[in-house]
Amino acid sequence: MDALMNFGQGIFGGIWPAVWTLIKIVLIVAPLMLGVAYLTYFERKVIGFMQVRIGPNRVGPWGLIQPIADGLKLLLKEIIVPSGSAKGVFIIAPMLAIAPALAAWAVIPFTDSLVLANIDASLLYILAITSMGVYGIILSGWASNSKYAFLGAMRSAAQMVSYEIAMGFALITVLMVAGSLNLVEIVNGQAKGQFADMGLGFLSWNWLPLLPMFLVYLISGTAELNRAPFDIAEGESEIVAGFHVEYSGMAFALFFLAEYANMILVAALTSILFLGGWLSPVGFLPDGIVWMFAKMSFVLLLFLWFRATFPRYRYDLLMRLGWKVFLPLCFFWVIIVGVWMITPLNIWN
Amino acid sequence: MGSMKEVFNSLFLKELLKGMSVTGKYFFARKITVQYPEEKTPQSFRFRGLHALRRYPNGEERCIACKLCEAICPAMAITIEAEPRDDGSRRTTRYDIDLTKCIFCGFCEEACPVDAVVETRVFEYHGEKRGDLYYTKQMLLANGDRYEAEIAEDRALDAPYR
Repeated sequence: MDALMNFGQGIFGGIWPAVWTLIKIVLIVAPLMLGVAYLTYFERKVIGFMQVRIGPNRVGPWGLIQPIADGLKLLLKEIIVPSGSAKGVFIIAPMLAIAPALAAWAVIPFTDSLVLANIDASLLYILAITSMGVYGIILSGWASNSKYAFLGAMRSAAQMVSYEIAMGFALITVLMVAGSLNLVEIVNGQAKGQFADMGLGFLSWNWLPLLPMFLVYLISGTAELNRAPFDIAEGESEIVAGFHVEYSGMAFALFFLAEYANMILVAALTSILFLGGWLSPVGFLPDGIVWMFAKMSFVLLLFLWFRATFPRYRYDLLMRLGWKVFLPLCFFWVIIVGVWMITPLNIWN
Repeated sequence: MGSMKEVFNSLFLKELLKGMSVTGKYFFARKITVQYPEEKTPQSFRFRGLHALRRYPNGEERCIACKLCEAICPAMAITIEAEPRDDGSRRTTRYDIDLTKCIFCGFCEEACPVDAVVETRVFEYHGEKRGDLYYTKQMLLANGDRYEAEIAEDRALDAPYR
């Protein structure tokens, strides 16, 4: 590592730190894009299997080249800009959707040292950046000048705002028990506890003591992602494709990339906040990045499983769930955890 | 007490987990996909596919231009013109089936008094231009010549039920 640093220092001189950061960004984004491509493949296979089909299997062995073929097709297609649309905004909207999805990855720790920017308030940064994602959707729906796109954008805006509150409260309980906004600290906080001392680390992670909040976070996360069963923003059966109905080619692909990059992001956040990140579930196995990826894969599988199982929520029920179930539950649980922490039964000190 | 149980069940997503266990079970079920070009599902001998005009074993075409098929065709896909032939028998001069109109109901086959127009089991045919699926008398007779063995076998199998 030192040799690499010296070598870079010698070639680039003063701008080496910037170049090194760029290299690290590429090292995160390139596997992420590959992950997105193969997540689509994985999704089609898993949903296929659950529907007693076998999914894509024509392009390459077991259809493994399928996502590459799909990407190539989208790249070569024409981007049609509707004549009635606001052209500038129409083009900018997909970029606004994908930029936050990628920017959030800057602070995600893969192990306690492997993180691009280990800033103090990384959780706050994540909350701020992911909230920006809704702008891409609203602007695309508005700029398309189409009824379906507009309806989809309105629905998704209302939905994301509602569920962000429940999600925020679920995160507040995590903050309370971790005593830090830093994601690395939050994971390290989950490494200690009675069960961790007994070698059963997975019982010390936040998911168990904060169980209702873990479920609230997982469900609100699915809603934030506009994924089934909360995909009323797309709602194929009523509003065709919702906010991206007018998009084609690479502009559509950007929305697609953003959705799947966000999926992987929420999976990473869930594993960091509730499933102990890179921590090993049992004492005799070492911690490591493998656990992080295993937990992310598990959460991603859950998202796909949800999609294969549940029918789309009706809009009013969706709002009822967000405001009348999750929000009171969160208030209640924040108080419970607060009281728990000042009693002698506190397990987080 | 009952309502407490309900709250507990909904808080821990009992019904949803039940649903997920169903899809989870099917994940491991044997897949029923038929890999189409390599594998095919079995066909009935009554399968209604591409049309054909048959001939008698001596080479004489069966069709006597009664126009019953044309009359019964609900999609009006059949066009027939007829004239007496030199030997005095009544024959078609034109027998066209527009397969883009045809709904493959099989009425023409049932109406035919001499089993001349039939539907074969062939379903893998295509046209590259609009006119390609407009089948003329020559094309239909050629179909009949090509698939006569299969057609005769299927008619024989179906005969006890008619």
